[in-house]
Order: sequence, then structure tokens, then C-alpha cells
Amino acid sequence: MSLRIVVCVKYVPDATGDRHFADDLTLDRDDVDGLLSELDEYAVEQALQIAGEADDAEITVLTVGPEDAKDALRKALSMGADKAVHVEDDALHGTDVLGTSLVLAKAIEKTGYDLVICGMASTDGTMGVLPAILAERLGVPQVTLLSEVSVGGGQVKGRRDGDTASELLEASLPAVVSVTDQSGEARYPSFKGIMAAKKKPVQSFDLEDLDIEPGDVGLAGAWTAVDGATQRPARTAGTVVKDEGEGGKQLAAFLAERKFI
Amino acid sequence: MAEVLVYVDHVDGAVRKPTLELLTLARRLGEPVAVALGAGAGATAAVLAEHGAVKVLTADAPEFADYLVVPKVDALQAAYDAVSPAAVLLPSSAEAKEIAARLAVRIGSGLLTDAVDLEAGADGPVATQSVFAASFTTKTRVSRGTPVITVKPNSAPVEAAPAAGAVETLAVTFGERSTGTKIVSRSPRESTGRPELTEAAIVVSGGRGVNGAENFAVIEALADSLGAAVGASRAAVDAGWYPHANQVGQTGKSVSPQLYIASGISGAIQHRAGMQTSKTIVAINKDAEAPIFDLVDYGIVGDLFDVVPKLTEEVEARKG
Repeated sequence: MSLRIVVCVKYVPDATGDRHFADDLTLDRDDVDGLLSELDEYAVEQALQIAGEADDAEITVLTVGPEDAKDALRKALSMGADKAVHVEDDALHGTDVLGTSLVLAKAIEKTGYDLVICGMASTDGTMGVLPAILAERLGVPQVTLLSEVSVGGGQVKGRRDGDTASELLEASLPAVVSVTDQSGEARYPSFKGIMAAKKKPVQSFDLEDLDIEPGDVGLAGAWTAVDGATQRPARTAGTVVKDEGEGGKQLAAFLAERKFI
Repeated sequence: MAEVLVYVDHVDGAVRKPTLELLTLARRLGEPVAVALGAGAGATAAVLAEHGAVKVLTADAPEFADYLVVPKVDALQAAYDAVSPAAVLLPSSAEAKEIAARLAVRIGSGLLTDAVDLEAGADGPVATQSVFAASFTTKTRVSRGTPVITVKPNSAPVEAAPAAGAVETLAVTFGERSTGTKIVSRSPRESTGRPELTEAAIVVSGGRGVNGAENFAVIEALADSLGAAVGASRAAVDAGWYPHANQVGQTGKSVSPQLYIASGISGAIQHRAGMQTSKTIVAINKDAEAPIFDLVDYGIVGDLFDVVPKLTEEVEARKG
């Protein structure tokens, strides 16, 4: 029986670009390039490895986002995913994490799955809560923040490295997994992979396809509200001195003056 | 006065500092009711009362240690049902964020994570968050349901505010799903004797310029002289010079100490995202053009192997 893997990915603004807010206090996407969230590349990589170990597996890569978000799907397809699902709807603009998780859960159920794999967090919002919410919404085990993962015999196993302890986890499929950047370096797409990706199917859903009321998502349906955003004032230029042999001493004097020693 | 639930992060009854900071913030919103779960939960009561908890709800069961996250969500939901709080506050640890997220879905409430400050507002608590690699500060609130908010370490002072702290046992019914993810084994992380990275008042970090695992001893010696935690840039971690648990930055930990000392770190945006909210920033780097110098309160252009040992020596001398 085929192992159906769905990888959730996010199209995020390039962190090296100049990110700022639009008038409605959502991210201004016009001024900054987007790309597949780096942390999601690890999720795609683990999906490919798990599929490689399985007798028969199919990897669907899923994203919610505007037209440009297809770039993130293309990248994942060129790495080796089999097909893609893109949820796009004008009413989604400004959706928060609870709304996004609702859309993803509906799309995952529609696609069919045995295993959902996510990155540990997006590189823009960096909340790191979406995998847990997906597990809650789908009603399946969460096996999250794994630095090592394996699937076999209808089970997923993995290692979770926490602040105080390292834990070995085990759950039955279907399940939601998230992987950290320690799970294994993500592969670069080959030229062959990039060419093949152009022919792979990308299915599109809108909210109606997923039976979601527009009022449950988007800025109006958001469960949180941003009341204001201010640019952090540039740090006032500090003192920078060249070490002429006394740098350590000068620094100690500075720290003493600030009462750190 | 409204009650505010505070989720207690503790290790066998020893309450971690971010929870005490949460109690300071909770008192701005109402009367803190603490929820402590698992082995040693009862032992947390004294310190929680000392810091303002009017009540401490405790529950212990094997499920908390044997299964991941969900049993704790069941328990917090039971506390929520019992108290009907004005807000639920949790520390921004990886686990507590997951607990917060699942609770928010269950009780139909909005969720805010990684707040760096919290105030009472006309429409409920207003959280300050730091976004886009800390280049913007936002004011955010929950617009539906009971606000569920996680707060980053070092966001508020720990203040003594003695309260009753009456201990009550919380009755918890575990759902079928709570046993979905089994914790097969647990190995505690070896203690370095240094403060935890995200909680530390001072962090001393090393990067590419440290140039080798063995050279991190120089960074550690400075950290120990200051009673600081040790951090590392992604370059240093990827090179295998220091453990991933110590990585500061976008894909590692985010820190906000009183003092951050960056040694041999150029200051790529990904690193800055994890430390830019530090109160005082100091950098030592050979390259005068390194972007980290744009952030510093004090910077030394020089070889860290000259500067850092002399600094350590000087700190030790001033202590003596």
C-alpha cells in the first residue's frame, strides 16, 4: 500500500530583503522577494528519505498563499516531490496561524494522507506552532521538533532534543511530524529535477473547494489583531575602537561602567 | 478581580525563571492562578505564592511524563474550564508554545506567541512583539476568545509579591488522543553548570572567527568569569565546533539578555534575528566592516584571541 506523505511548505519573504508593513499592517509583499522557507527544505528532504525507504510512496507538497507561492512548490517539486497542491483565494489575505491551519487541515484531508511533514517553524513568523495545531485539528498524533525521524511498520519514530532532555518518541500513523534543521542537510535540485518539475501536476484549490467560509479566514476572520507597528529605532552608534593591545582592558572598563562586573 | 492562568514550567518542582517573570506580567492583568503539572508539581507552590500566585492548581499522573504535550493540554483545559480566566499565559519554550497552540484551538481563542511585553488594554491584554528580525515592534491583541499568550524569557523582572498560593488539586480527564505520542525514553541533557541560554542575563557567543572546537575554551572561560551562558553562531555549529542547543539565531534560539558579547561573529541577518533585542551589545571582530558593529554599544576591532583572554583576566582581577 502506498504511503501518502503531505509536506506543508511556506513561501516567505527573503529575510535579507527590506521587510516592512503595508497600510493594513500585513507584510508588504510587493517590495521583497519570496522563496521557499529554508526550514521547510528540511521537511521536503525528510519526506524524500522516508519515501526512499518505503516500498511505495507518494509525496504531495502543499502550500497556502498568493500566485507567487507556486515558486515554493516548484522548488520542492524540483527536489523530488511528486505533485503539488496550491490553495489560493483572495479572501485569504491577512489570515493568521489559526486560519492557515484550518485551510491546511482541510486541504490535507481532501488530498488524503498517512503522514504530514512540516518544518519546525516558518522563517518569517517563526511561531513554530502550526504542526501542533494541525495535529489537533486532524485528530492525529503530533511527533514534533525531530532531529531524527524514521517511518516503518505503520509507525513513526524520532528524537526530540529539548531544553532539558532528549526524548525518543513513537506514534502510529497517520501522524503530523515536524523536523528541525538538525534532521539532515537538504539536497539541491539537480538540473534533471528542475526540468522534471515543470511537468509535475500542480492542483489548485480555492476556499469553496475546501468548504471554508471566507469569513473564517483572512484579515476579517483573524483571531488576533495588530494595532500598531513601529520601526525599531536604529541603535545609536556605539563606540568602536581598534585593539592596540589594550582592547581587553578597555572592554572591561566599559563593562564595569555598565555594572556588569 | 479577573483571574489569569499561568502555566508553570518546572523541573521536578524547581520553577524555571521565565515562569516567575510571567507572574509579574500576570499581575498587571489580574490575579495569577498557577497551573503546575507532573512530578514535583506540589513543591512549586511556595515559590509561586512568593511571586504572586493566589492559587496553585496541581495535577500529577503518569501521562504527563509518558506522552508528548497532549496530556498537558487536557490539564490546562481543565484548569481553564474551572477558572474561566481573563487570559492564559505560558512561557515561550518550544513545548509550552505547542501546549498554548492546541489549547487556543480547543477553546476557540486567538493565540499570540513570543511576546516581549504585556500590558492591560481596553480590549484585553496588549502584547508587544518583535518582528522582521527585530527591526519592527508591533502591538498585538487577541480579538476572539480568551487570549492565549506565550512570553519570551527576560521580558519582565522577577518580583516578590507574596500571595495566598492556596494549593488545590486539579481533576483532569485525559482524552483518547492524549496517549497518541509515546515518550519511549528520556535522557536529561548534561548540565554544564552554566545558566540556560535563553534565560541568562549575560550571553557570550562565538562564531566563525573562533576557528575550531578546542578554541571555544576561550569563549567558555570568559562566560564563566561573567557567570554567563555560551552561545554560538550557525557557522560555528554547522562546523561542529559547538552543540546545536547553543545556537543563537533564526534557526536556533532567540536570546534577549542584559548583555550580549559576540566574538568572531560577523552578524548576518539570521544571527541578528536571534540577539538584536539584547539590552547591551558588545562585539569583537577582526573585520572593521562586519555588520555586527552596526548594532554594538561597544565594539573592538581586533583578534578575539588577543582581546577575549585579556578581558577574562581583567574580569577575574576586578572580581578578586
